[in-house]
Amino acid sequence: MSSGDVWILGINMTKFGKHTDKDTVDLAAQAAMAALADGGVTMADMGVLAAGCLMGGGGIAQMIQKQIGQTGIPAYNVSNACATGATALRVVYMSIKSGECDFGLAVGVEKLSGVGLLSGGNRKDDGKTWNRFGRYGAVASTDGRIGTDTMPGVFAQVGMEYAHKYGGADFKLFAQISEKNHAHSTLNPLAAYQKRFTLDEIMNDMMIAYPNTRAMCSANCDGGAAAVLVSDAKLKTLSLEQQRRAVKISASVLTSDPYEEACQVLPDVNTLTRRAAAQAYAKAGIGPEDLDLVELHDCFATAELVHYDNLGLCKPGEAADFFKSGATWRDGSTPVNVSGGLESKGHPIAATGIANVWEVCHHLRGEAGDRQIQGAKVGLAHVIGLGSACGIHILEKSGL
Amino acid sequence: MSEQIPFVEYLHLAPTPHLVAHQCTSCGARFFDRRNACASCFGTSFADADIATEGFVRSFTIVSFAAPGIPVPFVSAIIECDGTSVRGNLTNVTADPEHVSLGMKVRLTTYVVGSDEAGTEAVNFAFEPVS
Repeated sequence: MSSGDVWILGINMTKFGKHTDKDTVDLAAQAAMAALADGGVTMADMGVLAAGCLMGGGGIAQMIQKQIGQTGIPAYNVSNACATGATALRVVYMSIKSGECDFGLAVGVEKLSGVGLLSGGNRKDDGKTWNRFGRYGAVASTDGRIGTDTMPGVFAQVGMEYAHKYGGADFKLFAQISEKNHAHSTLNPLAAYQKRFTLDEIMNDMMIAYPNTRAMCSANCDGGAAAVLVSDAKLKTLSLEQQRRAVKISASVLTSDPYEEACQVLPDVNTLTRRAAAQAYAKAGIGPEDLDLVELHDCFATAELVHYDNLGLCKPGEAADFFKSGATWRDGSTPVNVSGGLESKGHPIAATGIANVWEVCHHLRGEAGDRQIQGAKVGLAHVIGLGSACGIHILEKSGL
Repeated sequence: MSEQIPFVEYLHLAPTPHLVAHQCTSCGARFFDRRNACASCFGTSFADADIATEGFVRSFTIVSFAAPGIPVPFVSAIIECDGTSVRGNLTNVTADPEHVSLGMKVRLTTYVVGSDEAGTEAVNFAFEPVS
């Protein structure tokens, strides 16, 4: 431990899936109470709260307080697309880092079961006479008429762009990435889906946006996740058991997308991830070769491939060969998405950026049961929110 | 002949159909919508720039699930037109992976989206294979 470090003291994710009997506040409260209990603390200790629920309107932080404890602490409602959870975590991290408080709580929650296809820009019915609206002066919705705004389509293009640039990636390879993640999910009891699919089943599943079939898309589901963070100074005053289970946040990075030529027509999820990764490795003094496991944002199978490269897990341009080597399976050199990833664990948007940190912590603490990556000491959690925002957290096991 | 209007403001129908971008006079970055300052260099002066009407497919997807009213499957593509990236649908090509390929050469074409109650036709652009 060194002065200025921030640690994860307690963390929890709910089962991901369909929760018909719980609303977002119930799920957030469940995760938050469990994270507090996991850390051996209560709301009375918390000095800050940051929470997000992307599709749920505003004020989730205060609603959580009313559900589990109103103490008057600063409450931040955060919204940053699929990076919302990671952003909430980072807000708490920064509050502790600044010296304002010693403990803080970050929560992400979403209810997405049955929502269906997510798209960036659907509009209502076209009018009876043409009227221009929006920033392109369009007379009707451009989605589907000038390219696609649907998420499976946008991320299909992200993967196909990589395939065009470097070769080696095709429909089958993208499907094999999905095959890996679904296989991994069979060991994760909290995943929304725990079914192993054959490659044929994945490739012959319903086509959503070529090359992404339904099995290659993230699963819309309900879920919550929460984390309690603590300062280094305060952690030293806690029990040996709390110190032993605490996980060090060696880097917490958030980036947005810098200008690139094509970013106005296809969101650039690469440059901001590459920058975030470079910053995170520099801050942590850790390289990609040191990582024992990685949870990255496989919102679609096509996305996972490009992030092998963006996170520096392989040499530039060699993501397809890297995957084919077996490196990212759970028995490979750099296990990726041993939780099952967003394709099978599920993607309750605002919860995802904390749930992936929970997965990594679970392994670093040696508590991951059947899916434990043996001897895991260092892990990385990555999310992308389209628009765009990238959150990366590098996590290290306590030395105790 | 009924009156025709472009589907989006950055499509110009005369003298021949082509796209027009707002180009930053300082760094040359091109935008299809209006900007207060250049996202690349923060310059505040823009001039119209005609976009090349031929290019190649840098990426594509074949969309099978879309918003209501959009015929599927359709091909959405990123076209590189002489250094400027453009987003659009591919047309006059069978929407399957056997007929669409990365790097494929295409050119801009137009089609009538529909007419409003006054009989005015909205004309949209798409890209078709160069045979």
